[in-house]
Amino acid sequence: MADPKLSLSAARPTPPSRMKHYFTLILLLVLIWLSARGTDSSLQELVQGFPNMLELLREMFPPKWSYLDNILPAMLETIRMALIGTTFGAVLAIPMALLCASNLTRLKWVHYPFRFLLNLIRTIPDLLLAAIFVAIFGLGPVPGILALSVFSLGLIAKLTYEALEAIDQGPLEALTSTGGNWIQIIVYSVIPQIQAHFMSFTLYTFEINIRAAAILGLVGAGGIGHYYEVTLGLLEYEKTSMIILFTLALVICIDVISMKLREKLL
Amino acid sequence: MTPSWKSIVAKPKPKKSRWLLVIALFLLYVWAFMGIPYSGLKDTALQVTRSIAEGLFSPDWDYVYLPDGEDLLRGLLSTLYISILGTVISTLLSIPLAFIASVNMSSTKLISGSGKMLLSFIRTFPEIVMAILFIKAVGPGSFAGVLALGLHSVGMLGKLFTDEVEQIDKGPIEALTAAGANRLQILWYAVLPQVLPGFLSYTLYRFEINVRSATILGVIGAGGIGTPLIFALSTRDWDRVGIILLGIIVMITIIDILSGAIRKRLI
Amino acid sequence: MTHHRPENAAMIKLTNVSKVYPNQTKGLQQIHLSIDQGEFVAVVGLSGAGKSTLLRAINRLHDITEGDIEIHGASITRAEGRQLRMLRRDIGMIFQGFNLVKRSSVLRNVLAGRVGHHGTLRTILGLFPKQDVDLAFEALARVNLIEKAYARADELSGGQQQRVAIARVLAQEAKIILADEPVASLDPLTTKQVMDDLLHINQELKITTIINLHDIDLARAYATRIIGLRAGEIVFDGPVEEATDERFTEIYGRTLRAESVQEINA
Repeated sequence: MADPKLSLSAARPTPPSRMKHYFTLILLLVLIWLSARGTDSSLQELVQGFPNMLELLREMFPPKWSYLDNILPAMLETIRMALIGTTFGAVLAIPMALLCASNLTRLKWVHYPFRFLLNLIRTIPDLLLAAIFVAIFGLGPVPGILALSVFSLGLIAKLTYEALEAIDQGPLEALTSTGGNWIQIIVYSVIPQIQAHFMSFTLYTFEINIRAAAILGLVGAGGIGHYYEVTLGLLEYEKTSMIILFTLALVICIDVISMKLREKLL
Repeated sequence: MTPSWKSIVAKPKPKKSRWLLVIALFLLYVWAFMGIPYSGLKDTALQVTRSIAEGLFSPDWDYVYLPDGEDLLRGLLSTLYISILGTVISTLLSIPLAFIASVNMSSTKLISGSGKMLLSFIRTFPEIVMAILFIKAVGPGSFAGVLALGLHSVGMLGKLFTDEVEQIDKGPIEALTAAGANRLQILWYAVLPQVLPGFLSYTLYRFEINVRSATILGVIGAGGIGTPLIFALSTRDWDRVGIILLGIIVMITIIDILSGAIRKRLI
Repeated sequence: MTHHRPENAAMIKLTNVSKVYPNQTKGLQQIHLSIDQGEFVAVVGLSGAGKSTLLRAINRLHDITEGDIEIHGASITRAEGRQLRMLRRDIGMIFQGFNLVKRSSVLRNVLAGRVGHHGTLRTILGLFPKQDVDLAFEALARVNLIEKAYARADELSGGQQQRVAIARVLAQEAKIILADEPVASLDPLTTKQVMDDLLHINQELKITTIINLHDIDLARAYATRIIGLRAGEIVFDGPVEEATDERFTEIYGRTLRAESVQEINA
């Protein structure tokens, strides 16, 4: 391709600066190094500790199947907690989502504060909420249910208000033009569009809540989690592994059922 | 006389299965609510709530920074360190796993299938339980928390990465193959540029989740701000509970905003 | 390829090539074809006639089930691994969907054509020699896109993207260009630009060009030789002058003009 008119004299654009990339890379490496130092992470420790972990895993097998009878009530309590917590959260999420959606609540001074409140709720992890509710109400499943309710409210309301903002505006306009009031618009043009999504979000939250409910017992908020402390404290690892297996089985079952239902919904 | 519309269009009858579902759901709720013990709630509940609320409004500001020893800033920083390192480790583990688990990158369905199985197994394994296992291995402290987050996040991150790899445009792969590139060159020039922004975005998203998780690791002794919080709760030091909660809320809010802004620019 | 090349040997030679898909569909049937250096060949036929299969058989993106294909005397059918990649390096391909990495810069997309010339490590580190970068810029100059070198590929229009793909093939220093419906997704004006670019390259650089088109008018306007395919068989092979409407109506039962093809597709 030795065409003189195409030769290197043709004005080449200046390449974009790479400084930004190098800067980001260096920043990232510094952060990783600081984090490794700040957490006392050492590969050596991991390698040295590895036999301990294998030993632990070895002691976990075989799981003690007979322990199932002892933990069955706690497992049922876990399901109850997740079910009630999700339900409360879902019910509370309805008004919250409607107030947060900017296409339904057009007043800025209404949907902004509610969104702020929602974000605030979502910053606190469920186990922390549970620890606080335990301090308030004492040990048992009730603080666990409350924690899950608040957590579910945050998640379902966020997913729902985002879905609400994406709905087809046509039916809203149609109903507004026929003289419908706010409630009528919601009932006739919003709910039909959103209910399948809302049910799907609720089921999804239920899946997450089953997992969460299984560990809330670590802070005394009811459910199967309490038995981790009991069995680990007494070094009965074959019982711990039974709890883990039982929880995994439950989680998978609930996931499969919930996924099937969600597929049917959408 | 009004004509009978029913003779023209019959109203569809509601399905029987719908009623069965309603009844089943009703019984489920009866079972759930019956099983909860409502007695035994503390009579002091209201008082404690007020104390915590007061604590939130009159936080123990002195705890924010103590010249020597454990304070809020150091606790939050350590939480941040745990989540950063945990996220980095899980990303490094997730990338090769995602390529193994993707149908369009793996040579056989058997390999991609088992990769996906492994990912969903890791996903169902609670991170707190993983942390307990790692504490047994490396002793209590932040490092156990790092390892727990690093391994647990692989479940979700690997799944998201796999989805990203599976929906790439095959055109560039065909073009690079036609130009005589080998497998690594195809990966580097046709696949990675397509998936990298998605990978980064998901990593940041997981980082947001990991910061939240890292705040609770202290509950079981795996480092971070959770340790002083549990301690303050058990000693009924409400003002300190207040400042720690405030600190967590502020930190997570800032990180969500920053990470969200970066993610928006990536896509 | 160190072996002796006879001076007047065909650039591409297909001997008794057949392709049967796993579902028993016949893609190609007993194709005998010989294409010389510098020819501009248009392959025409209805969709499903095997045009794309034929092109992809030549650089072995598709394997054939019978026969042999030689590129400058070397069998690509029997080549494996590195040998196959070396043969492919000499054959550039242009696709209907452009097949650029949309998020990468134009320059990087063009340089991607060079990877076959270098080792893995060097290309992964992005250490292309200066000659390669010059080559890429020259290629971009030839398609008049030098000022877009650092733009992201998806910022360009469809016609511009296809010209970037042509630059990629030029940077590859291919001796053969295979173009699979390169203008099927472009409007008439950009179609002309892209076809003109291909023609200039063919005339000035003597690159053998084989192009799939469904529009006989376009084929007659640019090609020196036309090959007609029907159900995987060659039903016409001759110079443009012989490819009259009458001949094609005789063969296909109708013309292969753009408007009649559009009617069929509609």
